[in-house]
Amino acid sequence: MATEAAAVPAQRLRRREGAPYWLTLPAVLYLALFFAWPMVQAFRLAFEDPSGGWSLAPFHGMVNDLDFDRALRFTLLFVVVIIPIQFALALAMALLVNARLRGRGIFLFIFVIPLTVSDLTAGLVWSTIFTELGYLNTVLERVGILDRPVIWIDPQKPNLLLSEVVVAELWRSTALVVVILVAGLQGIAKEYTEAAEVFGAGFFRRLRHVTLPMLKPALQAALLLRIIFALEMFAAVIAITGRSATTLARQTYEWQQTYHDEHIAAAYASLVVVLSLAGAIVVLATVRVRREQLG
Amino acid sequence: MNRTALKAGAAVLAAAAISLFAAGSGGSAPATPTGGTRVVFLSSQLNTVPESEAMRKIILAGYRGDVDFVNTTADNVSARMRAEAQAGRGSVGLVGDVDVNFTFYRNALSNVSGVAAQLKSARIPKRFLALGKLGSKQQLMIPWMQATYIMTANRSALRYLPKGANVNDLTYAQLLQWAKNMRKATGRGRFGFPVGPTGLMLRFLHGFLLPSFTGGVLTKWSSPQAVQAWQYVRNLWQYSHPQSLQYNNMSEPLLSGEVLVAWDHVARLKDALQRRPNDFVTFPVPRGPKGRAYLPVVAGVAIPKTAPSRAASVALVKYLLSLNSQARTLGAVGFFPVRGGKLSQRLGPGLLKMVATVRKQQNAKKVTISGLPIGLGTQSANFTRVMVETFVRIAVRRESIRPVLAEEKKALQTIMNTVNAPCFKPDPPSKGTCQVR
Repeated sequence: MATEAAAVPAQRLRRREGAPYWLTLPAVLYLALFFAWPMVQAFRLAFEDPSGGWSLAPFHGMVNDLDFDRALRFTLLFVVVIIPIQFALALAMALLVNARLRGRGIFLFIFVIPLTVSDLTAGLVWSTIFTELGYLNTVLERVGILDRPVIWIDPQKPNLLLSEVVVAELWRSTALVVVILVAGLQGIAKEYTEAAEVFGAGFFRRLRHVTLPMLKPALQAALLLRIIFALEMFAAVIAITGRSATTLARQTYEWQQTYHDEHIAAAYASLVVVLSLAGAIVVLATVRVRREQLG
Repeated sequence: MNRTALKAGAAVLAAAAISLFAAGSGGSAPATPTGGTRVVFLSSQLNTVPESEAMRKIILAGYRGDVDFVNTTADNVSARMRAEAQAGRGSVGLVGDVDVNFTFYRNALSNVSGVAAQLKSARIPKRFLALGKLGSKQQLMIPWMQATYIMTANRSALRYLPKGANVNDLTYAQLLQWAKNMRKATGRGRFGFPVGPTGLMLRFLHGFLLPSFTGGVLTKWSSPQAVQAWQYVRNLWQYSHPQSLQYNNMSEPLLSGEVLVAWDHVARLKDALQRRPNDFVTFPVPRGPKGRAYLPVVAGVAIPKTAPSRAASVALVKYLLSLNSQARTLGAVGFFPVRGGKLSQRLGPGLLKMVATVRKQQNAKKVTISGLPIGLGTQSANFTRVMVETFVRIAVRRESIRPVLAEEKKALQTIMNTVNAPCFKPDPPSKGTCQVR
């Protein structure tokens, strides 16, 4: 009797192990049909010439595109510049929110408002700020810092244009990282920081040795997301700089929609995917999460 | 459930179904009549949502007949007209399109010389009526409305005009001097071009600059006069506002004061002129060594041979060309009248100023009329890219002119060859694909 009772649960256990896989099958099919298959097709387009044969012509076309160098430089610089600044800012804001100060609910709410705005709208808003007779110059003149308006949107100054786009994106999307980090911070058991406090660790020591290591899973997730989104950004660049600057994602769009050359567009898109993968590998390799840190 | 109730319910349902069926097949609810006085007006113009709404609610509201305004892309219009012509019957009573596009389905169009004769009092310019002949001896299309490109200046900029210059008859050289004077006085370039991603700089280059200096466009691409033209625009760029690469619409920078003198499409200048008419003046585009070249975009209407009711179509044409309708069109969508006559003061001083300039420009004596490129199809965006790229490379990045022209000549020829596009005005018509020289 006892052995029978023991044998039945074991069988049921084995049958139940198959159930999760069956339950995920619809989602997997959906992803395969609407994501994986089109992605494979898109990659194929990048290695095809108009007659249908295998060819590297799209990549030659992409590299010889007049805007390729500028697009690559702008995109890479953008990612490299925005990530550290955004994470430093987001961490500061997340710590503030997590400190349970009064009014933190409203604080978080206000932080998140720019996130509801699309990157095109953010670009349009900031272009009215940066335009020669826009808000920034007016304020600076009023306050006395400037005698006459500065031309912020200057095609001869690509680094200035880059910083303007960085500012617009910081304003808009830092909240995304803040929300992820706040969730991560709230997952850290208070015992660790309290124990560190008892042992005499100051704020920055606690931050460096307790909080940040425990925050690694959330940091990893936020970094992955942020790098991928940063490589895809283009609407803010169009809104603020017009023709003065371009990104890889914008070139993908232009070659597909405007110039009707799907092969070169696919080449650009493939480059963006490869860069995203490279970024993801870098993140996963450097922000290693040990099993015990998963809490 | 009670059997009786069930039977009763079934009977009621059956009765309802039968009566509906009878009503339907009895024809008591008629479908839209295909004949009669309802005119289907198929148009590739006024395609955006606000424009088509304005067409239905404002412009056509003054018409006493029944009009079904259907808008779609130019390609669809052409396809539908050719299909109806082939079938020998159709539902479209009136077709509206840009003048160059009518040539693609000229065989579907009826002779409207009679209608044009009835519209003599409208005083449509002979040049525009000639466009409506589409190269044949018959009047196949009646001009309906026009758009063009003019210059606008802030009144405060007029004091920087060079001595002896008449703002209504400037030369390009005087324009350059004016830009220089403004730069000296304000410390900034104050001339503006719409070179943003959706700006219409392309039209300035092929419709105004190149023809005014060379007398042609693609057939004179590598000529010494073309080099002069590009040299000129590079000089002008030095005294232009650098943010021009971001401007899509010159009304905004004019209103904010960043730009004091601008060139743009009338629809894009309308906003500034209507908001602050007393601050701005409009004037015709300058003339160059080979004359004053300008690009009128003329939209016309034509009556298909297969129109269900010719009388209704003619009545609609007459309405569209009436002073009332032309004034409404200007006020509602910013397309300018093709007819003469005094327009209502209710349009406001800004629009009336623009009309005066458009009329001055179209009636000027030695004028070269440029045209829109024909038959570029899928390559039109590529064409824009090559032209604007040439501008950016020569004027902004200051690359050497002749090598750039040689490189871009190859790109242009590839584009023309891909779609077998003919030459367009003011280049002489070509037999077959246009050769870029």
